[in-house]
Amino acid sequence: MPISLGRLFLIFLKVGAFTFGGGYAMIPVFERELVKRFKLIAPEDFYDTLVVCQSLPGPIAVNFAVFTGLRLRGKRGALISLLGVVLPSFIFILLISVFLFRYIDVPIVEAMFKGIRLSVVALIFFAGAKLFMSHRSLEGLCIAVMAFALVFTFSLHPVWVVLMAGAYGILSRRAKGGEAP
Amino acid sequence: MIFLDLFLAFLLIGLVAFGGGYAVLPLLERMIVLDRGWIAMERFVDMIAISQITPGPIAINGATFIGYQLISREWGVALGILGAATSTIGVVFGPALLIFVVSRFYTRFKDSPVVKAVFRVLRPALVGLIMASVASVASSAVFDVPGVLIVLLALLALWRLKWHPLLVIGACALLGLVVYM
Repeated sequence: MPISLGRLFLIFLKVGAFTFGGGYAMIPVFERELVKRFKLIAPEDFYDTLVVCQSLPGPIAVNFAVFTGLRLRGKRGALISLLGVVLPSFIFILLISVFLFRYIDVPIVEAMFKGIRLSVVALIFFAGAKLFMSHRSLEGLCIAVMAFALVFTFSLHPVWVVLMAGAYGILSRRAKGGEAP
Repeated sequence: MIFLDLFLAFLLIGLVAFGGGYAVLPLLERMIVLDRGWIAMERFVDMIAISQITPGPIAINGATFIGYQLISREWGVALGILGAATSTIGVVFGPALLIFVVSRFYTRFKDSPVVKAVFRVLRPALVGLIMASVASVASSAVFDVPGVLIVLLALLALWRLKWHPLLVIGACALLGLVVYM
């Protein structure tokens, strides 16, 4: 018996609404709900899906929702899952923009936001450092430094860095004779 | 016309935002803040902070926030919500379409040596792009010695004490209140 569209929507809505800290924080929650609790996906399928979702552009939680919805209930399932995972953040941000953000110029709020902006510097740096440490190598460091310099120092559009990195990856594999990874 | 521009800009962002999470920030900064001037750098940093204290992927939060800010400034709340919907649909449209295509030859895609080769170079390049974001956020947020100290304290809390990002943001808001009021 396939899962109902309503239940599918509710699962993704729930994960979308209660997971703080970006798309990556949603992954373990998806696993708990879809693999362990409702047994809709086999564990090995879950990790395979994740690899594909990480290799495609776009927010990983969105990719995952579309992929899972498509597999479980076809096109309508994909649309329903997409809606479920996107709606909570859409509504939260709208509420904040409409009702809260007009107080940003109040001195108390402004002082708090000065502090919060500083935490953002640390949070992004930490995320970048973690990504680097997960696959650290001298070649990786050189590529990272080059990408940084191209975008920050020479104001190259980041799209070109993404395209050049992809092209270099393919070419360097060809040069090595297409060895198995 | 501005709605079409909004949709197309976020369509492109969605299609080239590899890596998920913070890796979308350099694209947003370049295309939305620098090239189009749709929101100020300071608001952009606030958007990142707000994304961290609300649920959902940062790309979705960013699209909703920027779409609303841009349109509501001139045309009010109702059209602002329409603007938020436009940019949010734009940013998920490309990735969702790609998932539909890839799901057809999913087993070949997930073990593809080409995908692995691309990501071997793309991953460190994304580290460089994320660090470029750190640099520009830092140059718009850190003005004084207490600012540098707060960033270092936040890094220490994330790295050594393994604090949850929400806790770090809360602590920095309090420090901001103490230092900048």
